[in-house]
Amino acid sequence: MKVSWWIAGYFIALAVTLIAPFASASPDGLEKVAEEQGFMDSAREAPFSLIADYAFPGVESEALATVLAGAVGVTIIYLLLAGGSYLAYRAVSNRRA
Amino acid sequence: MLLSSGISVLRWDIPHPLHAPDGFFSLPLAIAGYVVVALVIAFAIRRTSGELNERMVPMMGVMAAFIFAAQMINFPVAGGTSGHLVGGALAAIILGPWAAIIVMTAVVGLQALLFQDGGLVVLGINLFNMSIVSVLAGYAVYFLARKIGSSSKRTLFVGGFVSAWVSVMMAAVFTAFALAFSGTSPLSLALPALAVVHALIGIGEGLITVFALSFIRVARPQLLQVRRGAQVQLAEGV
Repeated sequence: MKVSWWIAGYFIALAVTLIAPFASASPDGLEKVAEEQGFMDSAREAPFSLIADYAFPGVESEALATVLAGAVGVTIIYLLLAGGSYLAYRAVSNRRA
Repeated sequence: MLLSSGISVLRWDIPHPLHAPDGFFSLPLAIAGYVVVALVIAFAIRRTSGELNERMVPMMGVMAAFIFAAQMINFPVAGGTSGHLVGGALAAIILGPWAAIIVMTAVVGLQALLFQDGGLVVLGINLFNMSIVSVLAGYAVYFLARKIGSSSKRTLFVGGFVSAWVSVMMAAVFTAFALAFSGTSPLSLALPALAVVHALIGIGEGLITVFALSFIRVARPQLLQVRRGAQVQLAEGV
């Protein structure tokens, strides 16, 4: 069976999120510097929380919550960009035709 | 309760380099960031609409999905610090600078809106650093590498690595300037600290970028020239 590269690409991105539960939990570059230089306290919490910390809410298993959050993000961003570009492409093609 | 505390320590289970939370940058700078970013993105959308072709349309989606996923993977660097791919250089090498800016904007925007990763007030500055500075810096270096490179393979790998490293460094440098301008941390402290740690994170950025480029080169080499059709069309005025 031949799978189109752009379908395969979506699944590759999904597969990458499976590694996310094993990602390093150490503070990142900016956070580390913020801690060391004492300006971490100036950080303010977001006014609302949807899928904060890349953990799908209400899912007990941390690993599963992370992978689910990743799958949601990958799917939304994929549809948004491919769909949006398709609409723009069609609009421009129609104008040229 | 979160709101009433006003200032509280952020919980970052999956920490994200350069995704600054609200409060790190001053309000005037945040507003200026939004204005500049809006102008650049409007231009990028105009340019990209004219460049799109049948291969580039799905590649926009695949590139964004991959960068979003890869940004979740923090790798350890020295001294109990981590980093992850930003992706600006990779997107710019495959899609060109303007389409890459759109891809990076969508990724960083979604992270702020849906995943509370990076503040909403300071989103304009985070976008400026991660989706404009990193993309343009990465593209400029890669463009230069293509001019002086002798073989296309070496250009892709060496140019890809250096462009990825520079893209992260430039984003970190601009973040340091934004912190200093906002009075959050003096430049003399923020700049060297962020530069040193991102010099290391940039090595990871370079390795992942080269890995992704070589994967595309082996699996679907024609996708390395995903923009070619568009450029021919533009040149011919089609």
